[in-house]
Amino acid sequence: MDWTALWLSLRLAGWTVIVLLPVSVLMGRFMAIRAFRAKGLVEALVMLPLVLPPTVFGFYLLVAFGRNSPVGDLWQSLFGHQLVFSFEGLVVASIIFNLPFAIQPAQRGFEAIPAEVREAAACCGMSPLRSLWRVELPLAWPGLMTAMVLTFAHTLGEFGIVLMVGGSIPGETRTIAISIYDRVQAFDGQSAAIMSAVLVAISLFTIALTFWLSSRVGRRLS
Amino acid sequence: MSLEVMAKATAPIPLDVAFRVEPGELLALVGHSGSGKTTLMRTIAGLWQPAAGRVAVDGAPWLDTAARVNLPAHRRRVGIVFQTYALFPHMTARQNVMAAMDRPDAAEAERLLDLVNLHGLSGRKPAQLSGGQQQRVAVARALARRPQALLLDEPFSAVDRATREKLHGEIIALRAHLKMPVVLVTHDVNEAQLLADRMVVIEKGSVVRSGTTAEVMADPDALRAMGIREVAAMLPATVAEHLPDGLSRLVTATGPLFLPTVEGAPGTRVVVRIMAHEVILSRARPEGLSAQNILAGKVTRIVPGGGPGVMVHVAVGDHEILARITRRAAEQLHLQPGDTVHAILKSMSVARDHIARARDDEHAASRAAQ
Repeated sequence: MDWTALWLSLRLAGWTVIVLLPVSVLMGRFMAIRAFRAKGLVEALVMLPLVLPPTVFGFYLLVAFGRNSPVGDLWQSLFGHQLVFSFEGLVVASIIFNLPFAIQPAQRGFEAIPAEVREAAACCGMSPLRSLWRVELPLAWPGLMTAMVLTFAHTLGEFGIVLMVGGSIPGETRTIAISIYDRVQAFDGQSAAIMSAVLVAISLFTIALTFWLSSRVGRRLS
Repeated sequence: MSLEVMAKATAPIPLDVAFRVEPGELLALVGHSGSGKTTLMRTIAGLWQPAAGRVAVDGAPWLDTAARVNLPAHRRRVGIVFQTYALFPHMTARQNVMAAMDRPDAAEAERLLDLVNLHGLSGRKPAQLSGGQQQRVAVARALARRPQALLLDEPFSAVDRATREKLHGEIIALRAHLKMPVVLVTHDVNEAQLLADRMVVIEKGSVVRSGTTAEVMADPDALRAMGIREVAAMLPATVAEHLPDGLSRLVTATGPLFLPTVEGAPGTRVVVRIMAHEVILSRARPEGLSAQNILAGKVTRIVPGGGPGVMVHVAVGDHEILARITRRAAEQLHLQPGDTVHAILKSMSVARDHIARARDDEHAASRAAQ
């Protein structure tokens, strides 16, 4: 059992969720409320990671973050090490490939709030920020929670992009999914089986938690 | 605390309207859907901005496109009751009301909920309330904002007929407590006539006619947009007794009126909406007629219409009723202003929701609260 890899995966998923939560609120709300000309294009771009093969996506990220790329050079000059093949690089990649999982359910959550309810909040004297906090977030939060659970679970299981951008450096970029692959390559079927079972358990737990919480919310609102 | 409104726009709908509402006055914006009346309400609330416009309360502008003033909705002291009520579904009735207060005050919220006859239901969520009860919460929430203008956007259209009648009565009773200008948006001429002091009839974004309710309702041209069959007059009456056969006897200035059971104890003052096309005129007092109501009156005016009809104004005491009869009938009777006529009305032609408590009935508020 590769505890280091499990811990690394959990940290990666945690950071991804922390960064994507505000993004999902802002982008999800924006996409739900605003109508603009390029909306279809933006939605398609957000959905792109869902349909691209992870290796293709990982390849482009590797090119974009690597040595001699503007992003890679900037990172190198700021932090003194390269972005690719580092934990930070994984976090950035993870944030990007989880965008559809974080934004789509949040957008659906905000879309479910009738426009008149938002307008009523404004006519009750609530500023946009106060309306978000007191009315919109309490109503949209099942969608937001689904978004975060999907992001978390998906990060734990992502393989192709992680391998392309991070490689398999123990303690730095070797996540549990990659560790399982390594164990299988090394004919260590028992470790692979244990780690797979742990992943299954974590995934089941998070999904069950989502269903339980959203059914509770359903009861609260009806 | 008067409310001035002026709005001009060409898109998404053409709009060119101006009106003014005085404190404590209820103005009805009447028009078909798509006429622009809801857009006007949204302009007042700050939910929509016209190309050119001005909205001011007591002279202080909320919107003045010429001076580039446009307060956002949450900075305008406006109370609004939406057609769908738009209550916050995750909050109880009390929390909904408190959400509109500058300083949330549970006792004040209870007082407002009592005022709209929701005593004891303040702990319920909107989903646990009936449509009529939700509407009352929405009214209480709008009042909790301590609005300088109260806006009612088709607030009675989502409830059944019986509830609507009841809510009409409650709004009439509530008006004693309303010192601010009130704007009611409705497509229902009956509702406007029962509730409003003044009316603005809007068609395709322009004012067809504005004036006191009695003036507008007596003007067939004004109502052409809404349908000539909506022309009606309001006749005050007092409930005298409820008869065992299911009729109520009401007293008017020139005779009794028998109508299907009218709610209210004897002594209750009401106004009865009498549709002009339901009234028959006779020179002599007719006999052997099934119609129960024969009111003597004096012809004051005869206004020819565009078609085959004329509108005869008949003074009954201090009030007028309207009779829409054919030009041919008017000529056969040689009707002239000053003539005495008898207006005949079938009891069954007065719908239940065409009767409302009189606004000046001082007991209406306490009775409505029971």
